[in-house]
Amino acid sequence: MPHNAPQSATRPNVAVLVSVGHHPLTARARRADQDARAVEMALSLNDIQASLIHAGCHDADSDAALCGYLGMGFEAIELIEQSSGADVAPALAEALRDAAPQLVLSGARAETGEGSGLLPYLLAESLGWPIVTGLAAVESIEHGVATVLQALPRGQRRRLRVRLPAIATVESSAPAARQSAFGPARRGELTCQERPGIDDEALAEWRVQPARKRPKRLKIVKATSARDRFKAAAAKAEGGGGQVLNDATPEQGAEAIFKLLREEGVLR
Amino acid sequence: MSELVRRDPRKEWIARNRLHPQHLEVLAELGGGASPSEWLGPNGLMRRDPHAVGFIGPNGIKRIDRSGAQQAAAQSSSRQAQPEDTRRRVEIEAPAFLVAVVPDMPSGRLSSHDRDLLGLARQLADAEPERPGAVLAVIFGEHKETHFDEAGADRLLHLAGEGFAGYMPEARIAALQSVERELTPRHWLLPDSTLGGAELGRRLAVRLGERPATQVWQIEADAASEHGWRCMARGAAGSSDISRTLPRVALALAECAEPVSETRHAAQPVTLAQGLPEVLGRIEDLGAVAVDPAGVALAEAEFILSAGNGVKDWDAYHHAAQVLGATEGASRVAVDDGFMARDRQVGATGTWVTARVYVAVGISGAIQHLQGIQGCDKVVAINLDGGCDMIKRADLAVIGDAGAILAALVAQVERYREQQRENRDAA
Ligand SMILES: Cc1cc2nc3c(=O)[nH]c(=O)nc-3n(C[C@H](O)[C@H](O)[C@H](O)COP(=O)(O)OP(=O)(O)OC[C@H]3O[C@@H](n4cnc5c(N)ncnc54)[C@H](O)[C@@H]3O)c2cc1C
Repeated sequence: MPHNAPQSATRPNVAVLVSVGHHPLTARARRADQDARAVEMALSLNDIQASLIHAGCHDADSDAALCGYLGMGFEAIELIEQSSGADVAPALAEALRDAAPQLVLSGARAETGEGSGLLPYLLAESLGWPIVTGLAAVESIEHGVATVLQALPRGQRRRLRVRLPAIATVESSAPAARQSAFGPARRGELTCQERPGIDDEALAEWRVQPARKRPKRLKIVKATSARDRFKAAAAKAEGGGGQVLNDATPEQGAEAIFKLLREEGVLR
Repeated sequence: MSELVRRDPRKEWIARNRLHPQHLEVLAELGGGASPSEWLGPNGLMRRDPHAVGFIGPNGIKRIDRSGAQQAAAQSSSRQAQPEDTRRRVEIEAPAFLVAVVPDMPSGRLSSHDRDLLGLARQLADAEPERPGAVLAVIFGEHKETHFDEAGADRLLHLAGEGFAGYMPEARIAALQSVERELTPRHWLLPDSTLGGAELGRRLAVRLGERPATQVWQIEADAASEHGWRCMARGAAGSSDISRTLPRVALALAECAEPVSETRHAAQPVTLAQGLPEVLGRIEDLGAVAVDPAGVALAEAEFILSAGNGVKDWDAYHHAAQVLGATEGASRVAVDDGFMARDRQVGATGTWVTARVYVAVGISGAIQHLQGIQGCDKVVAINLDGGCDMIKRADLAVIGDAGAILAALVAQVERYREQQRENRDAA
């Protein structure tokens, strides 16, 4: 990556994409949880230059929510003005191409609108950058390569090395965001940028309604005899099928358990 | 041994006749050498063995007839007929179209989410009985699943190879692109599950230039839409429902459809005509990072070694957990007695765990404890008592002293680790 070569001498640039969140109970605009975690991750990195980018509308509500990010210790957010209901991916891609950051961090999905979590992938595809998901920590950024930890289910971690520039998304498995301080939030500013937006036509065709509670799946019992039905209704510890080693020596028992643990791949 | 049951009507008659002089002998003989339930003790007291009362009925249930009127001979339960497989076989020779499903296969098997997804794919494929589509399951790498037919797959494309081990989203997407080029399925369905289909599906959709529907939880036929279907999808972090036409690529939530249960399908292997493309990945998987199992939340832990009242040597138990790399859990008794911390308690009043492997050491399996391990995949029980409830729940039960078995297991694992180290050094 020749155009990044001079930059690697200075501090690498990390851009964080932030959006306006939606409080699940009060429905007020707030900083989005996953985005705030992404900002926190950027703040936890040493020797980088972090900047915040938001694409969306410029009104009182969303500005107040964006100040939540400023309160985490930033002086400005770059605001790319778009009409509400616009597809922000092209404008963001363009902005990122101009800014040419080494690493872009974002939340995995937005808390408003479609919330499909597709945006980072669209950006990665149109910029031709790799994307990694579920970041737990960034270990190092050097020589055009980032070493990151990915959070796996069940508290496990995986180390990845990714060529920069790259996009990385952050989920709730990342460290929680710090509180937003009121003073810096007041002092920070939004620097506006105009970029042409593209209206999202498909969005207009959809019917959106508040989420319905999903029906709970019933346990359907396909039983042929009364006894099976009774057993299914009254079953306590449903046994059967299990292998029982009755008169095994401890070594044989241990052998059988060891085999099962190996098969399940839980022995590391 | 012969499976034929030899009946002796005379002995059965004696067994029914409590006043017959040979009644007790014959009962003992028919009961498989078990002792009679009542006998005269040395001091002239009548002794009873409550376990020897009753007989095993024709369905394998123990029956106790308090009237004493009838006693049936014990019947071996192995002679019970296995329930017949009544599922209809479905073969689709010339499908009108394909519905591609890319299951997650965590730990090499179809998860329940995968099965739901295959059920959803069947809805799409079987909508028009005269022009049926086929469900194509695309599997990466090694797996242990043998029941694709029962889960509803007509075709099975197994993309084996070293290149898919670990985190290889770029190689997988390139392979899926070849599938798209050669087979061009009408629908692509993936599970919307973190670090599985959610990521792969979004990558695929972006690569194919399709706008996917994400977090789909219901579909319904709708003639007005492009592919004849509408879907209901969650939006805005689960706070809204979006009703839209079903696009080509859909990522569905768990319980989006009923899994297939009434039919069996061919699961016929298919291959790609062209080999898989070489991909120069920009993401490199450096492997799993060792995390301290003790630091993993109990509810999240993958492998739990749980201790109950049957554990006597606690130092040995903690050592075993450390060697196995397991998270520690406990029954309430172990917690109440002060051997384990309160946050380690598994069960109704403790934590509901979801481990893939749960090893219960000296735990009897009280209902309050079993409730807590409903979500576990494989349960291993180590217990002295072969009749306790934990054994009934367990997939593997070893009857014996917990201390000795744990010690043997630790020795075995240490040997295995040693071998691994040598292999690594040699390599
Ligand atoms: C309201 C309520 C809530 C409760 N909630 C919970 C809960 O959340 N979680 C919970 O766990 N319990 C709970 N309990 C308690 C529960 O009912 C049982 O008392 C408890 O689970 C039993 O624990 P245990 O199996 O360790 O002990 P025991 O029942 O004493 O079982 C010990 C087992 O170890 C075996 N054993 C003994 N020595 C050895 C040896 N040397 N080697 C191998 N095996 C050996 C024995 O055969 C026996 O099966 C609750 C009870 C109540 C009333």
